[in-house]
Amino acid sequence: MFTRRQLTGAVAALSLLGSAGMAFADEVYIPLVSKGFQHQFWQAVKQGADKAGAEFGVKVSFDGPDNETQVDKQIDMLSAALANNPAAIGIAALDSQAVIPLLKKAQEAGIPVVAFDSGVDSDIPVTTATTDNKAAAALAADKMGELLGGEGKVAVIGHSQTSLTGIDRRDGFVNELAAKFPKIEIVAVEYGDGDHLKSTEITKAILAANPDIKGIFGTNEGSAIGVVNGVREMGAKVTIVGFDSGKAQKDAIREGLMAGAITQNPVGIGYETVKAALAASKGEALPKIIDTGFYWYDATNIDDPTISAVLYD
Amino acid sequence: MTTAKAQPERPAPVRRAGGAHQKLLAFASLIVLVIGFSIASQRFFQIDNILSILQAASVNGVLAVGVTLIIITGGIDLSIGTMMTFCAVITGVVLTWMGAPLLVGVLTAIATGAACGLLSGTLVTKARIPPFIATLGLMLVLKGLSLIVTGTKPIYFNDTPGYTEISTGSLVGLVMPQFPLPNGVLVLFLVAAIVGWILTRTVLGRYTFALGSNEEAVRLSGVNTDRWKIAIYALAGAICGIAGLLISSRLNSAQPALGLGYELEAIAAVVIGGTSLSGGRGTILGTLIGALIMAVLTNGLRVLSVAPEWQTVVTGVIIIVAVYADQLRRRKAA
Repeated sequence: MFTRRQLTGAVAALSLLGSAGMAFADEVYIPLVSKGFQHQFWQAVKQGADKAGAEFGVKVSFDGPDNETQVDKQIDMLSAALANNPAAIGIAALDSQAVIPLLKKAQEAGIPVVAFDSGVDSDIPVTTATTDNKAAAALAADKMGELLGGEGKVAVIGHSQTSLTGIDRRDGFVNELAAKFPKIEIVAVEYGDGDHLKSTEITKAILAANPDIKGIFGTNEGSAIGVVNGVREMGAKVTIVGFDSGKAQKDAIREGLMAGAITQNPVGIGYETVKAALAASKGEALPKIIDTGFYWYDATNIDDPTISAVLYD
Repeated sequence: MTTAKAQPERPAPVRRAGGAHQKLLAFASLIVLVIGFSIASQRFFQIDNILSILQAASVNGVLAVGVTLIIITGGIDLSIGTMMTFCAVITGVVLTWMGAPLLVGVLTAIATGAACGLLSGTLVTKARIPPFIATLGLMLVLKGLSLIVTGTKPIYFNDTPGYTEISTGSLVGLVMPQFPLPNGVLVLFLVAAIVGWILTRTVLGRYTFALGSNEEAVRLSGVNTDRWKIAIYALAGAICGIAGLLISSRLNSAQPALGLGYELEAIAAVVIGGTSLSGGRGTILGTLIGALIMAVLTNGLRVLSVAPEWQTVVTGVIIIVAVYADQLRRRKAA
């Protein structure tokens, strides 16, 4: 009885979903497949996308896998989005190679593709709305170098070893330090998958292995919070530079525990992606890259209107 | 309680003796790992780092202690990771959104876990859904609910003074300033001691083993097996609630997206500790040692700066070797 009732419920729910899907069929539909949706960063991107959707009168959907390693789930989401006959699609690829077969399919079906957040190693996307992550991480490196007076040991806690943003931020930071601050030594580069607790444990292990470490860079929100936690728990004196925002990171900067962080413009990324996708669906020409910008913020400018507009809790 | 009368039963001592070898084996592996890492790096065996390792073991350890109970009954619980998160989220709702006092928050976390466990226990027994499936479903339901309740935003505990002390404060440090053992580790030891006592000294513990060895025989002897099993799932759920308190107080926030994957790490600790996945056999001390082995391994490999991708490979190999060594020992004993 119990299971039969459950089954009937499930069938009813499915049919509801089906009819809802069909109701949208004749609207201009732009699905965005993101790298995630639970992190505050992605929620801010979604907010921008929804804003553009309301402004231009298009139906926007936003979906993403649970964490930044689930390349397979993202591909499923992308093929589901393509099956819904969209006007154009937005994609923030977790693995820039893995999505190419599906993007080819989109191209053959005449569905323009707009990449956002990370680029894709292909010329299929008509444009990419993104932060220049290498330049942003290089700015983080410049600030770190200045704060340390140009010397000391530094570690990096990355959020991904495989995604383009993970690689760009790591390389942008490491290369800039090597080029401008030859006396700074990178002693460890580890990856915590953006998981707060994992990044905390990694930070503590790095501090245990290198008690004389002077600076740590966390490459996204979860990584940076992990660094803050680990340093706080060890009672270490370390210059921390973060990336993105979120309440915990903002608090750490106000408390002085974190020196500062790089923020992207996530709302802008979402907004520009939908705007570009709509333009592409009408056949308009677009620049190859839409740079959505980035900023350094610290205790001195965290409340400036330009900065607080792009920070999120 | 009939505890006192039921205590001198035959099966329990036999099993405890059986577990002793495994505990010895697991304990020996732990010692070997610690000595190995200490030789490889002088940074490893420092008080600060040992405290870090213990603290890293606390959340996983508490989860593992809880799920040990269920695994001994021959069941499995895949929902513990997201259940932990869900308990943390509900605690956040009660403390931060409603402004309840700290103690109410603590009790809420435990009660939420117990309620979730009650639900999965009922699904397993009354609805006859296999534990793997019932808890897989619950894992997803709880994950979704955490995101829905929070609106995908983390809930912070800034307005509850003392909340972070649950995990990161140190009562031991007040007495022994040179060894500030984090409270989270105390909680782990306390939970392990209580559950170890329940498992070896009470009727509930005796039925936990009996259900895992031969559930049909227990039922035929006139015992209401469903009721006992539900109680075990509820107890394991309550322990998940404690893990929820530990992780959220450590992060000063309930992070709704965390939790997935934590169940497998806990199950790995249980298995390394010599508890049989087919049920009927296992010890809490073994699980505790299993959790410590996992924490020592991840910390040690990082302190040695082993490349991250190899850290994962080595951890996997150690899990397989630990269980294989246990198999060899049991074959010899048989």
